[in-house]
Amino acid sequence: MDVKNLLNRLFPDGHDIAFDGVYFDGSGRVYGAEVAVIGTIDNTPIGIELAFRMAGAVLEVVRRHPGRPILLLVDTQGQRLSHRDELLGINGYMAHLAKCIDLARRNGHRVLGLVYGQAVSGGFLATSLLADRCYALPDAEIRVMNLPAMARVTKIPLERLTELSASSPVFAPGVENYRRMGAIAGLWDGDLATCLAEALAAPVEGDPRRELGEERGGRLLARKVAERVRRDAV
Amino acid sequence: MSSYYEDSARGRLDGLLDPGSLIEILPPTERMVSPHLRQLDTPAAFDDGIVVGEGRLDGRRVLVAAQEGGFMGGAVGEVHGAKLTGLMERALDTRPDGVLLLVESGGVRLHEANAGLIAVSEVMRAVLAVRAAGIPVIVLDGGTFGCFGGMGIVARLCDAVVMSEEGRLGLSGPEVIETTMGVEEFDSRDRALVWRTVGGKHRYLLGEAATLVEDDVAAFRAAALALLEQTPDLSLAALDAEHAALGSRLERFGDCRDALDIWEKLGVEEPEKLPILDTAGFLATVRDRRA
Amino acid sequence: METLTYEYRGGRPVNSPPPSVLVGVVGSGNLEVLVEPAPLGGLCRVEVQTAAVGFGATWQAVLDDVFARHPLADVRISINDVGATPAVVGLRLDQALDAFAGGTQP
Repeated sequence: MDVKNLLNRLFPDGHDIAFDGVYFDGSGRVYGAEVAVIGTIDNTPIGIELAFRMAGAVLEVVRRHPGRPILLLVDTQGQRLSHRDELLGINGYMAHLAKCIDLARRNGHRVLGLVYGQAVSGGFLATSLLADRCYALPDAEIRVMNLPAMARVTKIPLERLTELSASSPVFAPGVENYRRMGAIAGLWDGDLATCLAEALAAPVEGDPRRELGEERGGRLLARKVAERVRRDAV
Repeated sequence: MSSYYEDSARGRLDGLLDPGSLIEILPPTERMVSPHLRQLDTPAAFDDGIVVGEGRLDGRRVLVAAQEGGFMGGAVGEVHGAKLTGLMERALDTRPDGVLLLVESGGVRLHEANAGLIAVSEVMRAVLAVRAAGIPVIVLDGGTFGCFGGMGIVARLCDAVVMSEEGRLGLSGPEVIETTMGVEEFDSRDRALVWRTVGGKHRYLLGEAATLVEDDVAAFRAAALALLEQTPDLSLAALDAEHAALGSRLERFGDCRDALDIWEKLGVEEPEKLPILDTAGFLATVRDRRA
Repeated sequence: METLTYEYRGGRPVNSPPPSVLVGVVGSGNLEVLVEPAPLGGLCRVEVQTAAVGFGATWQAVLDDVFARHPLADVRISINDVGATPAVVGLRLDQALDAFAGGTQP
């Protein structure tokens, strides 16, 4: 979906969002609530500058607008793959961004993610996957790697991966797979402003994704294993 | 000297912790194996490539996790990741003196890619929750496979990273970049280039690693013990300071094309000699030269 | 993947064995061996999960030799293998069973 159309549908009461290249931020109004928005367009790879900029925007919201909810609209094909990004420590920039998002959460900001285009690997990890709740549009794409590349790296025949992905959500790209595994709380369709307002109002407590993944049948062991490691007597 | 680099995850824990103090949680006898590998004709490991448990470090009570690079490159799958997350939550309940993460991982396990990616994000949140509760989380990175992918991000969420020169830390591994972007972007077979880009010495100079030690389990132990004194700080002021430091790195080194350029800007004389120095010589040479 | 099971009789139980012994890593050309005491009525049972299909006779030969060197009873041996050579298999089993019978983790 075109991002301007998306913003208009999310914020029918208006928004002040400024675009600068592949980056945008600002705020929008939905049912009387002011929401900070930070995002990217064009499936952009996230390199050190962009991670740094998003982190700065999150810190700015925490500083200037205590408690204001944050909506992440990050459209990314993943972390930028370059020698320079690694040389300068891109993992540290991604971690910094994650820490800033977590800081906002701890300071009482509701943090929501909406995957409207693509969400891939490291670019997803350091942003929307750190939100209190992450949602997606039905035609969005979420993946670690496409199946042909996965077949090359794992040396498992593509036919076998394709066949298994019809029934297993565990490795194949797809929003529905991530929903079944609990990482996507739900799909937003129709009246997006209402979806957003409901998500802003819904109670959040801790990280519910293991429970969701178990309930939805997509991730049957994660909750049990973590619970045992947490509680087993030694 | 006992090489950390060449040891297994279990061997490293044996040498690191007080003798006999490790109590493993969900040990191999529980056979908590990955449920996803068999359908892909891939052998499972009884511990899913990670040891988690409680132990003592010079008498101090610690929780520990050690990833085994020999099994699927230490990659994170559903069970492996859940063991890490569960360990962090155990730390919230039992409040040890610290958590030690002996990382060795290529990141997300592709055979269960979605479960692995989600698991890493759960680990990320759990690590930050532990630190926010005032419990330090210390990373040790000196294994054969380095620390990349999502685990490279996890490492930098922690209080401090201890590395050896042989340790490597990054996001996308050199092979991944070469395969995707071409050999002109990153020649993964140029070992000198790889080490001076993602290796321990450069990470230490950049400030990504807090401590650089020799490739010796006892040296890692001493460094980890010293770092247990850290008090985690995830306040706005702390993150503002980190933001300023990362901004300054972009300004100072953003146009550098090689680690040698960065080292020169840091004021290191004869930067081309750094890779051949032993750890003690290196530390003496770069004193007061870190970013 | 292939699952193979072998059973041996006529061994002796180990006095006060350790709860378990683990040796090796599930990596290419390697294997892990988990040895545990088990009430098997005097049997030594070996369960092999291997990525290399069709080597049942080779496993039989290697395990026969190992049992001749370590005639143990009431022992469960579990193996995850990634195409280790017979020499490596024999070495890991010797390490694991020495440690088991000697009561120390290697």
